[in-house]
Amino acid sequence: MTPRRRRLLWVLGILVGVAAAGGLALRAFQQNVMFYFDPSKIAAGEVKPGQRFRLGGMVEKGSVQRIPGTLEVRFVVTDFRHSVPVRYSNVLPDLFREGAGVVAHGRLDANGTFVADEVLAKHDEKYMPPEVARSLNQGASSRTQ
Amino acid sequence: MAWVWFHRFGSPPHFYRLAGRLTPWFAWPAALLCLAGLIGGLGMAPADYQQGDGFRIVYVHAPAAWLSLMVYVVMAGTAAVGLVWRMNVAYAVAASCAAIGASFTVVALVTGMLWGRPMWGTYWEWDPRLTSELLLLFLYLGYMGLRNSIDDVGRADRASALLAIVGVVNVPIIHYSVIWWNSLHQAPSVMKFGRPTMPASMFVPLLLMLAGFTAYFVALLLTRARGEVLRRERNAHWIAEALGQGPGCKV
Repeated sequence: MTPRRRRLLWVLGILVGVAAAGGLALRAFQQNVMFYFDPSKIAAGEVKPGQRFRLGGMVEKGSVQRIPGTLEVRFVVTDFRHSVPVRYSNVLPDLFREGAGVVAHGRLDANGTFVADEVLAKHDEKYMPPEVARSLNQGASSRTQ
Repeated sequence: MAWVWFHRFGSPPHFYRLAGRLTPWFAWPAALLCLAGLIGGLGMAPADYQQGDGFRIVYVHAPAAWLSLMVYVVMAGTAAVGLVWRMNVAYAVAASCAAIGASFTVVALVTGMLWGRPMWGTYWEWDPRLTSELLLLFLYLGYMGLRNSIDDVGRADRASALLAIVGVVNVPIIHYSVIWWNSLHQAPSVMKFGRPTMPASMFVPLLLMLAGFTAYFVALLLTRARGEVLRRERNAHWIAEALGQGPGCKV
């Protein structure tokens, strides 16, 4: 074995070793790397009572209610299997929409309502001009009628 | 012998001349591609249905983020070639990558934060994508710091090469962080298999910007690597010749 080939094997060995160690470490920290929990994880009891965490999912269509005269807003976050009601009283980000992704930070109260102290909008990877979005929407609503 | 070109590439005078000849072939296309991409992206592409004109920051953010990863792969790859083949020119190229890559990483982080404030509602969250990209910046800075802390060039080359190679595992983590884990950052729109999730009028300028940034990186790298080769070889005879001075002149 030439010295050069030995050095090449060393480099490849280091790469494989570090990749394996990194992979195992990330697997072990899976819970902590997750930025948010979705409603199914909460239904499965993965969140300890009273624990502060982030809740992520879709804002259920038609669920947003504003309390007149206050900033308070109520909506339901769903992952289409389970859903969690959310209460929040502060300014919502621009991209907060019904049917769009959202990540809220806070804790569950005794009634199972998520009391949020911060709400972030989660953008998806789709980009389109407004006219296309409008005609897509019209297409969808004419199909349902 | 098929390896001749490879070893010729490793000869400093040959690399110096070749890099000098190649630079304009990347610098000019870079300028033209970026100009066309900016006109297309800022002037001709339609506004987004959700983000309005705010989405246009993608024309700087996505190419900078893509380059921040690609520069690291080039840095780690050339550092590994230097380590295995004991090739000085490869080390010089690796050393020249670090500052460029760190700059692209800063641009990606800052443009992302400026976009995140109005769209997500926050400048910064410890989201897997954001955190791993910040780690990339620290890897670049660590690489540069390690090199600067060792006076002997040969030892600096070998030690920093190991750091670069170890850090390369972070690159796939950054790319797949938005797919493997729940994250605030959206999934890729372009850098994936299958169709891009944007129409051609938005997508074509983005491709032009990606190509333009990449060509800009190559031109910058060649220029910086020539400087690095000159610095390392400052006592060699070929330099006087290359700089157009007769033999015997002090450089």
